[in-house]
Amino acid sequence: MRRRISPYWWRALGAAGLTQPRWLALSPTKRRAIKTTTWVAILLILIALFGVWKATAFALAAVIGLLIVPAWNRIPYGKFFVPVAVLGIFVCYPWYGASMPQLPIFGPFPQQSTVVVMLIFSMMALGLNFVVGYAGLLDLGYVAFYAMGAYMAGWFASNQFAKQHLDIGAVGLFPGWTGYHITIWLVLLMAGIATAIIGVIIGLPTLRLRGDYLAIVTLGFGEIMPQVARNGDNLFGTGFNLTNGTGGITPIDGPGFGNWAQHNLHLPANYLNAANFDSLFLWTAIVLVGITIFCSMRLRDSRLGRAWIAIREDETAAAAMGIPLMRTKTWAYATGAFFGGVAGAYYASYKSGAFPDDFFFNISVFILCMVILGGMGNIWGVIFGACFLAYLDREGLANVGAWFNSHFHTNLNVPLYEFGIYGVIIVVVMLFRPEGLIPSQRRAAELHEGVHDEPLYDTETAGA
Amino acid sequence: MPDALLETQQLRKEFGGLVANDDVDFTVPRGSIVSLIGPNGAGKTTFFNMLTGVYRPTAGDVWFDGERMTNKPPHAYTQRGIGRTFQNIRLFQNMTALENVLVGMHVRLKGNLFEAIVRTPRVRREEQGAREHARELLALCNLRGRDAVIGRNLSYGDQRRLEVARALATQPKLLLLDEPTAGMNPQETAEFTDFVAKLRDDRDLSVLLIEHDMRVVMGVSDRVTVLDYGEKIAEGTPQEIQKNERVIEAYLGAAAVGHSS
Repeated sequence: MRRRISPYWWRALGAAGLTQPRWLALSPTKRRAIKTTTWVAILLILIALFGVWKATAFALAAVIGLLIVPAWNRIPYGKFFVPVAVLGIFVCYPWYGASMPQLPIFGPFPQQSTVVVMLIFSMMALGLNFVVGYAGLLDLGYVAFYAMGAYMAGWFASNQFAKQHLDIGAVGLFPGWTGYHITIWLVLLMAGIATAIIGVIIGLPTLRLRGDYLAIVTLGFGEIMPQVARNGDNLFGTGFNLTNGTGGITPIDGPGFGNWAQHNLHLPANYLNAANFDSLFLWTAIVLVGITIFCSMRLRDSRLGRAWIAIREDETAAAAMGIPLMRTKTWAYATGAFFGGVAGAYYASYKSGAFPDDFFFNISVFILCMVILGGMGNIWGVIFGACFLAYLDREGLANVGAWFNSHFHTNLNVPLYEFGIYGVIIVVVMLFRPEGLIPSQRRAAELHEGVHDEPLYDTETAGA
Repeated sequence: MPDALLETQQLRKEFGGLVANDDVDFTVPRGSIVSLIGPNGAGKTTFFNMLTGVYRPTAGDVWFDGERMTNKPPHAYTQRGIGRTFQNIRLFQNMTALENVLVGMHVRLKGNLFEAIVRTPRVRREEQGAREHARELLALCNLRGRDAVIGRNLSYGDQRRLEVARALATQPKLLLLDEPTAGMNPQETAEFTDFVAKLRDDRDLSVLLIEHDMRVVMGVSDRVTVLDYGEKIAEGTPQEIQKNERVIEAYLGAAAVGHSS
């Protein structure tokens, strides 16, 4: 940690009586506490300066303090404290979310529907984290997997294919339905697998490339997918309607457990008909994100995860240690694609539609921003980045904009500058904290020290 | 040679117009320590890189343990039993010493993606065994107690030893060491030489060494091969090489040969 603070900081602090040795003599818990308190104090002062002082600021500071100050990993079971607290905050959201007081600047707490989107994007960001965070491959076309997942839901849980007639456990069918209707639970899995296969197909020719070249090719695939979606209503001129063109596929079935489960197990028969529609989607999203986190952690600590990290650190050495580069990278790609696909299918089911306009290139960048902002390679960082940016996208920016306009008597449409603002955020993060807000320790070290990046062996031998 | 572990036939590498290795025939007999020497720029490391699949030869073949390895990817070489270290240390700088060794074991472990997620008893046992074995290897290479140290925080000598531990973790039949004693002091070098000899005897290894330090080369090698301008100019026991005129010429210049004869 010491390395990160530049000598200039220490010169300024030294003048105030806090020299580096004196600081380092303190116990780590104390140092952490002081740092956190300072940040919270600065935050409070800023809030006070902007004249939006609210009692909620205290509560917020207290929560931040409680979560960050103590060294939970020193207490038995302490490492579970923060995850369980975060889980509790999300699971209980439907009960307290609407009754929370307004926050300074950011305004009201997000609606449940926004929280659902935040969680879905967390899942996508965690998927991208396999590729970018673990294996260190820059993927600018992740939206392709999201689109693939969404269209899988469109194909197998809607009236899209008029000549077909198949029902496997679907809920909420209207009389006169056509097409494939498979229960969303199965469709999620199918979407994941299909997307993983697409990931492998895209990966095999492209993963031989390194760095920038890979980024450009993935960028291309990210552009191809929405174009196919947009023009897929008359496939190869045969009149076969695959994607329903710009109109998109809608409506898509909602998730549900059917009438039998509702009677006997008190599970909701059909989410779309339920009164607490958003809460059901919220809880299901929590389960899906939970599964993603679980897989992320298990894989990170496995033989495969070590191989990914080794490739990220030094490809040549990794190959010389017997790691098959192509296969290992392709696994990272497929795993990332899987979760992107599941998240896409779930989102399509939530929105009850898959529309080509949702799959623009900017979504790829958006998800990449989440990973970078939160901290590449760190599960909690990525989730934080995803929740924060998804929140800004759906509500936060509009609220902040309204606050800004009313306080500075301007008339800006802030959400219009959305991607400019994200750009600024990313530039600032890359300049001052390249490892992200909540970094993985390893990644932080790499970004401050640099890694080997010398040309690999002859490209023609790179195949595996 | 009847029992050659590694054999190259007319192995050639050109970089554009530059011939880095000119039709080199070369063998490493099973259970022996062979040194590859030559002046700077003689093509030793290029040769090494062809023996590990990092470079693709322009022409010629590499045979290892009775199998033709030409044009296979690097991991296939490791899989069949060639472990290597690098001239300029290439550890995974931000992984711990233990993790570095565990990466080396990659080819000898089997756990796949699905088993890793479910964490089957087999994978759990395998991981535990791998960790124990990795600790043993670290201890063998004089790195006891350094398990949790991040690669780049190790001292230079420790980093060199960790590279050897990582290469041994691949369970090689042939260990390729690229200037392993560079930057070591005489005592460390002597220890290292003994260590290599001991490895060969205890672990049934063959060793191929690129080395500049003649005490190491003459002390430990069974056979020595000399490259100059990409060509093999001599081969033989250390004693033969010391007397070989072409070798002396390559190292000291033609005038030196005239004086000594």
